Amino acid sequence: MTVGELRFLTPELSLLGFALVVILVDLFVKQKKVLAGLSIAGIVVSAGFAVSMWGTPGEAIFYRMMAVDNFALFFKLLLLAAAGLIILASQDYVSKFERFQGEYYALVLISAVGMMLLVAAADLIAIYVALELSGISLYVLVTFLKDKKSTEAGLKYLLLGAVASAVLLYGMALVFGFTGRTCLMCISEYVKGMPGAGLLNNPALLLGMVLLAAGFGFKIACFPFQMWVPDVYEGAPTPITAYLSVASKAAGFAVVLRVFFAALGSPEWLSLNWGMLFAVLSAITMTVGNVVAILQSNIKRMLGYSSIAQAGYLMVGLATVGMAVGDDAVGQSGLLFFLMSYAVTNLGAFIAVIAISNKIKSDEINDYTGMGKRAPLLALALSLCLVSLIGLPPTAGLIAKIYIFSGAVQNGLLWLVIIAVINSCISAFYYLRVVKVMWTGAPKAAGKVPSSWALRIALAFCCLFVLLLGVIPAGFVSIAEAAVRILGS
Amino acid sequence: MNFPYLSTIVFLPVVGLIVIALLPKPEQRTIKLISLIFALASFALSIAVFCLFDRSAGVIGQIQFQERLSWIPAINAFYHLGVDGLSLPLVILMTFLGVLAVLVSWNVQLRPKEYFIWLLFLEASILGVFCSLDLVLFFLFWELELIPMYFLISIWGGGRKEYSAMKYVIYTLVGSAMMLAGILSIYFTTGSLSMMELAGLTVAKPFIPLAAMFFLLLVGFAIKLPMFPLHTWLPDAHTDAPTAASVVLAGALLKMGGYGMIRLCVTIFPVVALQYAPLLVVLAIVSVLYGAAVTLRQKDLKRLIAYSSVSHMGYVLLGIFALSEVSLTGATLQMFSHGIITGLLFAMVGLVYDKTHERNLDKLGGLARQMPVIVVVFSIAGLASLGLPGTSGFAAEFITFVGSYSSTVVEGIRLYTILGVFGIVLTAGYILWMLQRVFYGPPLEKFKDVPDANNVEKVCIFSFVAAIMLVGIYPAILTNVIKLGVEPIIRLIGS
Repeated sequence: MTVGELRFLTPELSLLGFALVVILVDLFVKQKKVLAGLSIAGIVVSAGFAVSMWGTPGEAIFYRMMAVDNFALFFKLLLLAAAGLIILASQDYVSKFERFQGEYYALVLISAVGMMLLVAAADLIAIYVALELSGISLYVLVTFLKDKKSTEAGLKYLLLGAVASAVLLYGMALVFGFTGRTCLMCISEYVKGMPGAGLLNNPALLLGMVLLAAGFGFKIACFPFQMWVPDVYEGAPTPITAYLSVASKAAGFAVVLRVFFAALGSPEWLSLNWGMLFAVLSAITMTVGNVVAILQSNIKRMLGYSSIAQAGYLMVGLATVGMAVGDDAVGQSGLLFFLMSYAVTNLGAFIAVIAISNKIKSDEINDYTGMGKRAPLLALALSLCLVSLIGLPPTAGLIAKIYIFSGAVQNGLLWLVIIAVINSCISAFYYLRVVKVMWTGAPKAAGKVPSSWALRIALAFCCLFVLLLGVIPAGFVSIAEAAVRILGS
Repeated sequence: MNFPYLSTIVFLPVVGLIVIALLPKPEQRTIKLISLIFALASFALSIAVFCLFDRSAGVIGQIQFQERLSWIPAINAFYHLGVDGLSLPLVILMTFLGVLAVLVSWNVQLRPKEYFIWLLFLEASILGVFCSLDLVLFFLFWELELIPMYFLISIWGGGRKEYSAMKYVIYTLVGSAMMLAGILSIYFTTGSLSMMELAGLTVAKPFIPLAAMFFLLLVGFAIKLPMFPLHTWLPDAHTDAPTAASVVLAGALLKMGGYGMIRLCVTIFPVVALQYAPLLVVLAIVSVLYGAAVTLRQKDLKRLIAYSSVSHMGYVLLGIFALSEVSLTGATLQMFSHGIITGLLFAMVGLVYDKTHERNLDKLGGLARQMPVIVVVFSIAGLASLGLPGTSGFAAEFITFVGSYSSTVVEGIRLYTILGVFGIVLTAGYILWMLQRVFYGPPLEKFKDVPDANNVEKVCIFSFVAAIMLVGIYPAILTNVIKLGVEPIIRLIGS
């Protein structure tokens, strides 16, 4: 290791620095808006460092602990964008915990650092440490409201997260015991050169793989590890819910993709098996998410189940990666494009919910009645995002679905795509129900819905990208394609 | 590059809706005038395209007014627009109905700004479907139409409007999900999304059997058409939609189904179409007879017209899968003719309901005295619907039946055609019975002061009548064009 390699960590280090500055400045400044400004500045600086590294050939640093490749940079930028939007959208929310604003912003930044390390980690130990760093900050953030629901949510998240970490660690231990290595590339080399082919001949590897999938499954909230989602999403401060549903999930998919593709991506007897595992889980996850979402009356819970369903669609991409033959990267690029589209869409939806719920002091869908009259722009933005979640044109959701499903069809997963499109039809029902109550009913109370400029900017940004990705996707598709090219270097 | 006629036609309504959206607190009248201007401009341009359309024999099978730009290079998708003899009449139909839908909505008071935005949005998306030559673009416009329709029905509709709107969306989404699977499997078999390249597809090793692709696409279109037994969304959606939405729904939206069948199912898979034609012809006849029989039993005026669409679109299906040149021409003409006739019928129902606030046939009656203009126009529309010579209904149905009776490629088609003709008798039954129950009989006290159509309404309904008469008396104005689009398909089937 050389000190020079530290320059590859400038995005994380600068962000961490800003997080510490935020905590310090918090002690001396009365005007807490400064803290938000500082956090945004930190994110911009960090993003600048990340962008400047884009396109460099993939490199492994710190004795193959971390990877520097477009794949990691893509996710770092996505995470930074999500964190930035969350901070902007929190402006209307932080009044609920006046005293702890400094900690709030700092924790958001630190969890972002953790996730940025996570997406770049190329070694089982580094992955575990990064995962805990992001996880612990998120546990605290979930309990930030300090009321009954929020505390319960935080405790649930902590306990289940701890169990998941333990499972993950056990899986890592088994894989390490089997291969004698922790770095992903070394594992890959070992597995490729293994004498006895066939998964059933190697039960330890099989068990390790399943436990890894289970541990990460918690992070991406796939079936059967989705139980924590509705309670945590409902109890957590809404900006943090949005953060969990987008950033945490994106980081989870990144690490799953890296571990399974880079370490266990070949030979075929291995990849076809985990591909099929993800395909089956994907089908169950999206069906469970969609069917249960229909029954929800609380919009945060509904969006929680909807994010489970969306994780199911994303796993179609994972399954495609597993089933793909040769150098076909359509599964990865489809997954990345879907994540981009999902991130802007879901953030947009949550930001609109933050603004509306802040005014009406309720998360019940029925209380959104007539919002089209009280807050036409917010309602329009929320409707646009929900339409994108269904996957209707002219939004990002449609192109993302076509992209990810087409990759799956190409790799022989037609059955899964049929289940997925049927699920999309089911999902139209509950998404449109929200749209319907907003535009058709009479308002329950009068009065406009106020929102800060920061929130409006964040929302406008999301809506703009929902439309851009939906109408002129070519540029974004090429970004997604560039981001997979060096994966698993 | 030449002037992009088609993009302009498709996107003029979009410009109109942006203008309306950007006006701060506009007057109702301004909104309506702007919508009218943009709808008229789109219509005028489509007429210009119709006049400029090359009808010489040398261009058979060529797509005219093409525009092609790279759109999503990763999946080889293009922004590719164009019209041929098949789509041009439908483009004109939609722009024509677009103008009339605005006129029909002249009295809308509830949230007019949003209403006209959605109406223009709807027009643009349907035009996009008829002009697209790229499968993904086609699919995009196809899905786009759902959003405005959902809002139009669920906000400005009546009765169980929210239920009907949701039913409409779910039905269509299931259909389009199948369609997407079909489009994807075509793409992975051939690597192409261009409708022109895909015509008469032959591949050695298809991804899934060609018949499976054919049916995946067909289900999407059959729901839209609608074909028995996938028609149950239609009466609800029609009955609860506001008048203008019903006009567009019956007039142009159902035609997307028929158009899709000819353009994709038959053109891309001629051999499969030929193989399964007998089955589809039987379903067509069931649609015709069942639709007509159910129509006879309706008590609600609007529901009655809605069910009659099931029956009339059955003729379109018959014409398509009789697979002869004449029958396909007839089917396309029938789509156009049904579009204006049923559009007019819905407009008339809307007028009657507006004036009397009554749609129940048992409670209506004796209106002929109060509304002389409405009764005449309604009768013309009704007679056109049952195929009276001199109206477009006659020309279209006659050509369809002649074509299907003389078709040589489908077995037993003569018997089916004869059964289908029986549908006209039923049509005469329900149309005349309906006219009698609404307009004749003793005048009712409660309708004493009911007014007749006003000037805006007269302009609107007389334009419909003019179109019906024009096509009825001189059908060649359209068949000359349609023939150019049908002939290449017949060559594919023949070979």
